[in-house]
Amino acid sequence: MKQREVVIIGAGPGGLCAAQKLLEGGAKVCLIDRNASLGGQLIKQTHKFFGSEKQYASKRGIDIMEILISSLTQYGDQLEIMTETSVVGMYSDKVIACVKKDKFFKIQAQSIILATGASEKSIPFENNDLPGVYAAGAVQTLMNEYGVKPGDNVLMVGSGNIGLIVSYQLMQAGINVKALVEAAPSISGYLVHASKIRRLGVDILTNTSVKRAIGSEQVKQVEIWDLDPTWQGIEGSERILDVDTICISVGLAPLTELLQQLGAEVRYIKELGGNVPVIDKRYETTVKGVYACGDVVGIEEASSAMVEGKITGLNALEDLGYDIRASRLEMKALHEELKFLRDGPHAAKVRAGYLKRGMLT
Amino acid sequence: MIDKTGIAIKALFEKEFPENEETLNRPKAIIECYKEIPCNPCETSCPFDAITIGEDINKRPDIDFDKCTGCGICAYSCPGLAISIRQFKEDNAELKFPYEFSPRPRTGQTVNVVDRSGEVITTGEVINVIDKSKQNKTALVHITVDKAYMYDAAAIEVVKNES
Amino acid sequence: MRIKEHPILNFKAKDQVSFSFNGKTLYGVKGDTIASALHANGVKKLSESIHLKRPRGFYCAIGNCASCNMVVDGKPNTRTCITPLEEGMVVENQHGKGRV
Ligand SMILES: Cc1cc2nc3c(=O)[nH]c(=O)nc-3n(C[C@H](O)[C@H](O)[C@H](O)COP(=O)(O)OP(=O)(O)OC[C@H]3O[C@@H](n4cnc5c(N)ncnc54)[C@H](O)[C@@H]3O)c2cc1C
Ligand code: SF4
Ligand code: SF4
Ligand code: FES
Repeated sequence: MKQREVVIIGAGPGGLCAAQKLLEGGAKVCLIDRNASLGGQLIKQTHKFFGSEKQYASKRGIDIMEILISSLTQYGDQLEIMTETSVVGMYSDKVIACVKKDKFFKIQAQSIILATGASEKSIPFENNDLPGVYAAGAVQTLMNEYGVKPGDNVLMVGSGNIGLIVSYQLMQAGINVKALVEAAPSISGYLVHASKIRRLGVDILTNTSVKRAIGSEQVKQVEIWDLDPTWQGIEGSERILDVDTICISVGLAPLTELLQQLGAEVRYIKELGGNVPVIDKRYETTVKGVYACGDVVGIEEASSAMVEGKITGLNALEDLGYDIRASRLEMKALHEELKFLRDGPHAAKVRAGYLKRGMLT
Repeated sequence: MIDKTGIAIKALFEKEFPENEETLNRPKAIIECYKEIPCNPCETSCPFDAITIGEDINKRPDIDFDKCTGCGICAYSCPGLAISIRQFKEDNAELKFPYEFSPRPRTGQTVNVVDRSGEVITTGEVINVIDKSKQNKTALVHITVDKAYMYDAAAIEVVKNES
Repeated sequence: MRIKEHPILNFKAKDQVSFSFNGKTLYGVKGDTIASALHANGVKKLSESIHLKRPRGFYCAIGNCASCNMVVDGKPNTRTCITPLEEGMVVENQHGKGRV
């Protein structure tokens, strides 16, 4: 069995930033991702990011990805990258089971950082399994990573930042966005994103949802309807839109299965997206030497995933016996950054989640 | 309302313009960022310190029109595409809007101008398309319209490929 | 169905990769996954559900949901959304649990 000092599972902003700190401190890192390239969600984020300069605000997600990846290239043999490699199992003695192409192998790690991100949720409606009903992130992957149009006419479901941003990106790819529906009474993402698509002609319909998709082999149309204050569909308010794609953006769920296999404790915290690992302020799970950061510990943003990644990397470094005294100030500053990122009205949910976690600093 | 539709009504966006109309005889940045979000590139990008958000990046931007030169840097730096540059020029209004579509409009082209709901309200003529590499693919489209549209114009309609 | 013009990204013409889908020869490009190549060819139905035989396409496109499972070079349950397309691959719709 291969022996490795630190294994990081997931090479999104969280995993990449954790790797950076560990490598800086002198540890040997093995970075695993099932995708063919590094970057996680960033690979498809063609828009300019929010935040402050510290989190690369005003740079596009794809460019931030390049910055993060190129900061790792100087480390040569200290860093081992395994792409197209899926982690399929984890055991409490910190053994990781991987599959690359047809090959199955195991790695014994001293420390593990889990940065697997999240998966997209779905919602129930008639025919929601028809080809043409896609998660918003999937549509983004298809367009921005592979350059393929998901369809010609799209209904977007959900007004969070992802729904709003993917609508805009669909238009940039020359695809018609017929409307955006939102079950809640108001838009949940940033208003600047909403205004941006609204002034380009996309109807944003709140208190509205999908009744059913229409089509036999694939989506041909969609029926939408108004919702009453108890979120029930109102008979008679139905109307049909001609779309070949229904794009679902109704939230994300942390990918915690691997942690559960390993025996780490998870807890249901709705505000953070569902089952999330129990962690302490150092981002260590209930299994010693196993850490988690980024969307897998609670759905937030790339900006916070990067900060958490750095914090986690430094802590893992310390536990491996490296001297991190020189990084005390940096650690303090990182916690401060997180505090600001979680401060505004849009972060109310995240704050509520962290309050339940007893970790509001 | 804006919470439900994404459309800022007049009473809301008017407050973001200078109180004294004459201020707009010179180009000024009009910032339409109505809700607190963790974001501050408008502040950090302005070379004239005209925009203030402060240490807590969740605060809304505040602009000092006396300091603003209308240079346009904030307009292409803002990830929300929430900033436009506006100025009266004789009987016209000259506007610069951020634009992230392909193809770019051409100088001299007549384009449709939309309001905040996406309704076409008038046409404008493209004076110039500013698209330097440091703007990182957010162009500024400089147009001229009748001055009656100074306040209501919100963007140009996406220009389609001529076939 | 490929994006030709994009304001941010540059989709350069890439080398063609040929593969077979249900016996027909189709073409994708270098860098495609099996699912993206099929979609570019207008193929949205990738599999059928186990019990009701309902058509299925991809859903997540990042390897999480198994909705895109197909039979590839005789191997069932291949997640085509994260499997890179290779020259000469034999791809078939999967019916049910994927016995071959
Ligand atoms: C449309 C959209 C717009 C967004 N806009 C912004 C924005 O403007 N600003 C912002 O700050 N954030 C934004 N975000 C959010 C941001 O992208 C995420 O919060 C961030 O990517 C989370 O980082 P992460 O490292 O935790 O996970 P991810 O980026 O999701 O990376 C997880 C990685 O783990 C890998 N992985 C998972 N499971 C396994 C396994 N079993 N084996 C091997 N590898 C595995 C995956 O392949 C993936 O590469 C946006 C997200 C979307 C979808
Ligand atoms: S237009 Fe120029 S001077 Fe005015 S606020 Fe923007 S960056 Fe500053
Ligand atoms: S950069 Fe744009 S979105 Fe961000 S705070 Fe300034 S005006 Fe608002
Ligand atoms: S579409 Fe979800 S695993 Fe491929």
